Amino acid sequence: MSGDPKLERITKGNALALCATGTWTASFAPVLERMVADAEKLAGSPQSIFIDVSEVAKLDTFGAWLIERLRRSLTQGAVEAQIAGLSANYSSLVDEVRRVRANPVTDSGTITITGMLEQIGRTVAGVAGTVAGLVDMLGAVLAAGFRTLIHPRSFRLTSTVHHMEQVCWRAVPIVVLITFLIGCIIAQQGIFHFRRFGADIFVVDMLGVLVLREIGVLLVAIMVAGRSGSAYTAELGSMKMREEIDALRTMGFDPIEVLVLPRMLALVLALPILAFLGAMAALYGGGLVAWLYGGVDPEAFLLRLRDAISIDHFIVGIVKAPVMAAVIGIVACVEGLAVQGSAESLGQHTTASVVKGIFFVIVMDGVFAIFFASIGM
Amino acid sequence: MAREAQSEIQDPIIRVRDITVQFGATRVLDGLDLDVKRGEILGFVGPSGAGKSVLTRTIIGLVPKVAGSIEVFGVDLDASNTLQRRKVERRWGVLFQQGALFSSLTVRQNIQFPMREYLRVSQRLMDEITIAKLTMVGLKPEVADRFPSELSGGMIKRVALARALSLDPDLVFLDEPTSGLDPIGAGDFDELVRTLQRTLGLTVFMVTHDLDSLYTACDRIAVLGNGKIIAAGSIADMQASQHPWLRQYFHGKRARAVMG
Repeated sequence: MSGDPKLERITKGNALALCATGTWTASFAPVLERMVADAEKLAGSPQSIFIDVSEVAKLDTFGAWLIERLRRSLTQGAVEAQIAGLSANYSSLVDEVRRVRANPVTDSGTITITGMLEQIGRTVAGVAGTVAGLVDMLGAVLAAGFRTLIHPRSFRLTSTVHHMEQVCWRAVPIVVLITFLIGCIIAQQGIFHFRRFGADIFVVDMLGVLVLREIGVLLVAIMVAGRSGSAYTAELGSMKMREEIDALRTMGFDPIEVLVLPRMLALVLALPILAFLGAMAALYGGGLVAWLYGGVDPEAFLLRLRDAISIDHFIVGIVKAPVMAAVIGIVACVEGLAVQGSAESLGQHTTASVVKGIFFVIVMDGVFAIFFASIGM
Repeated sequence: MAREAQSEIQDPIIRVRDITVQFGATRVLDGLDLDVKRGEILGFVGPSGAGKSVLTRTIIGLVPKVAGSIEVFGVDLDASNTLQRRKVERRWGVLFQQGALFSSLTVRQNIQFPMREYLRVSQRLMDEITIAKLTMVGLKPEVADRFPSELSGGMIKRVALARALSLDPDLVFLDEPTSGLDPIGAGDFDELVRTLQRTLGLTVFMVTHDLDSLYTACDRIAVLGNGKIIAAGSIADMQASQHPWLRQYFHGKRARAVMG
């Protein structure tokens, strides 16, 4: 009874019987499919054909479907193939399978040149969409900000403080550590190369200007984009997926006011603080290396630093911080709210949030560099 | 093979003995015993938070237990090795409360996912079986290329059932299959479970809150309370029971409405 499935051909008079025996289940599907494909070649023969399944030991959907597939391909015109010997146990399964509509819709996974061109076109058009989305969000956040100014009671202080803790307070150790190390490396490299000209002391100038104007804020902004921008996107995205944002809207709350504004505000306040701490840590690290590795003692370092930099350098650096924070926040929130229903979409938008955030931070830095050069700062 | 089938007819398909599950200090299941017989639809009821889903998840192996033994298809799941476990897992299907469809795969890919993993079947046969399964759960073949986020709640449940059935399991776990469906949809779903049980010879373990399901779909009912099975039997036994919760459940306003 049980065992390997077989499909035997037995001629009975002028009729041909296809006797199915053995276990017709999913585990034997490859064998079954080959046998059925073989038997399908009998289609069009003048004999009348019937499929005898009385000896089948076990049948599941796979087996039942293959028998049904065979029946359909043997049925041509007026000659209908019959299934005989169906036990009561399996008849309802075979009936069920018989209702299945044939010709399965197949995946259209082919790549064509027009398809690729279409993809390129869509991507280019998407860039304009991205910029429009950012401007849209900027406007919405400003509008929500003004509304909050008029009605200060609607301001969400708890939420803002919570996000300040997440974005600012908890980021301090890692930001300070990394900027400290970068300061050390800049000083070490500076001393190593300047020493050949006997210009060791100029490392202080380089360190001061570089850290205060550029490295401090840029490095911190990139870290914040990776750390908090991604978190914002993931938070808003999963809220979007689970219809929490729709729920807010139906209760008469503006998601921008409730979710985006506190996050933006926390980020705009946090980045200058972190940039300041980062710059101090980098200067400290640089000074330490200059002392231990370059032999510039701390007093000389500080004196030189005071001569080398002015308050302008500091202002140039710190003024950029809130603008970069706003860019990171807006990109993160736009991406978060653009998440669709799937986990994959959440991942894509989180990646996009970090990549775009860092890209726009660097673009903004370039714009600022041109601006400050023109006004002579 | 034949002898194995024999012994399974006599033995219950799931045999749970003395199961204790604890989360921190709260004991959710406390020395619970339960048998599920081959070919039956067992309705599993109990107050919210009594641990119905916990028991299901414990049997499937998603929640660790403190004590007790679980046998499924005669295999002790604690004593079994990975290979035996996979064999058991291949023979059961699970329908989660929220469907738990893979959101980044289409309906077709969701249903074919277990097939790809466990069977060596041609793409053509998989596509055809996918459509057969969709037809069985009452969906149109066109649904196959949609993503889960584009489906309604009822369709998600149906697709999830189709995925649970994709390997032709002998046993399916349904965790509140009709919750969140409209009464007509829920009735259809009960009917569907009955039909599938008949055609595929399934054993069904169904956690439910739905009195209609208990009346129309289930062969036997087990009631969970205080971490134990407080009653098990037919619907008539349940109605005759003097247990206060059971009396309230089966003789309350809603129960009377169902019974008409």
